[in-house]
Amino acid sequence: MDMVRALPDVRTWARPAIVQMRRIGVDSIPVTLFIAAFTGVVLALQASYTFTGAVPLYFVGTLVGKTMMLELGPVICGLALAGRVGASMAAELGTMKVTEQVDALETLAYDPQSYLVLPRVIAGTVMFPMIIAFAMATGIVTGWLTSLALLDLSTPDFLKGLKLFYQFKDVWFGLFKSATFGFTITAVGCIVGLATRGGAEGVGKSTTRAVVYSAVLILLLDAFWAVVLL
Amino acid sequence: MIEFQDLHKAFGDKPVLQGVSLKIRDAETVVIIGYSGTGKSVALKHIVGLLHPDAGDVIVDGQAVSTLERDGLTALREGIGYVFQFAALFDSLTVAENLALGLRRRRVSAEEIEDRVREALALVDLSGTEERMPAELSGGMRKRVGIARAIALRPRYILYDEPTTGLDPVTSAVIDRLMVRTREHLGVTGVVVTHDMRSAYTVGDRIAMLYEGRIRQVGTVAEIQETEDGVVRQFIEGRPE
Repeated sequence: MDMVRALPDVRTWARPAIVQMRRIGVDSIPVTLFIAAFTGVVLALQASYTFTGAVPLYFVGTLVGKTMMLELGPVICGLALAGRVGASMAAELGTMKVTEQVDALETLAYDPQSYLVLPRVIAGTVMFPMIIAFAMATGIVTGWLTSLALLDLSTPDFLKGLKLFYQFKDVWFGLFKSATFGFTITAVGCIVGLATRGGAEGVGKSTTRAVVYSAVLILLLDAFWAVVLL
Repeated sequence: MIEFQDLHKAFGDKPVLQGVSLKIRDAETVVIIGYSGTGKSVALKHIVGLLHPDAGDVIVDGQAVSTLERDGLTALREGIGYVFQFAALFDSLTVAENLALGLRRRRVSAEEIEDRVREALALVDLSGTEERMPAELSGGMRKRVGIARAIALRPRYILYDEPTTGLDPVTSAVIDRLMVRTREHLGVTGVVVTHDMRSAYTVGDRIAMLYEGRIRQVGTVAEIQETEDGVVRQFIEGRPE
């Protein structure tokens, strides 16, 4: 509710939101693409191992595409970013809290919700789908390259499999889910960070708590959206 | 004018303030002294609404702080500068950006922000540190930047929370001189929380001692120095018993 109250204060949150978008978006790209690339490789190999003899090999393309878009892209990258983004936010805001920087902000007539929380949550909600779109594409590309190099599957066959059961819903479902993960991870990081008490120990506890809560919520949300939207 | 009216505050089952009443007149500096953990900083935080009282209130310019909505509180805070015990500078901002942040909120023009930052840093003898990061400053310099951040706002009131704690005697004297200079140059009303008696005698027009959650005695520097009250005497003389 505090975040909603802070929404009209655009003058305060707009500038820090751009800074956070760069931090969350651009800086998270390498780790996300690294994870997605290897996920694509493993998916292609495991699909081929599972299908051997029973299912035509071009279904590797179907499995890689569907799984990267619907599930593994958003969830694996979401869990990795809960560690990278959520922990970093909880630690940063927790340190600001225990060193009275949050109080200082208030005495300078800033609302911490407008200046600290909203920019991070907006940046997370906007940037996660973009990062995960790259991750989906990377996973599919590495799955395709693996199929070419190791599975004796041609590009036309891989593309045939990829297109076979493709629906536009696969993409928007994955991206929508990613946006909710971005919202959850950043909101949890901020809430836990601002509730930090004590010194370094308190900051450490908040960081751990933010990652654990975010991971649990991502898995719950994943199941929830599957039930509601699929 | 700032007035504490029968202020009560407890954390859990531990009462900290148990009926603090004190008036701070315009353009004077009142020093609140007392043992560590007696609630001096807690009392100070009530003035800007960082804490909400359990009972009683703080009245600033006729407004009861605890009854103010967010907009009212923001307007009140725009007239108050707060110097934190450990400066509370924003780690990710340069010295100049730390000073400019509060001014930007008050819609001061970019040119004026630049002038005010330069002036405030000159007043605390830190000209040329604009682009440095807080991590590159010593403890004394950080405190002076904290004071400059408050001065740059040109507030009606400045609240100092333990401004000399943890500093060597010379740096403490520099900070004391700075507080006196700030009052003389800007005519602001000051509230200083400290247990450093040398600092209290230097900067205070009046001194109030907080003891067991209440104001034990309040008086001019001379009155406090000549007090007959055993508790106050023991504290100002720093006797263990």
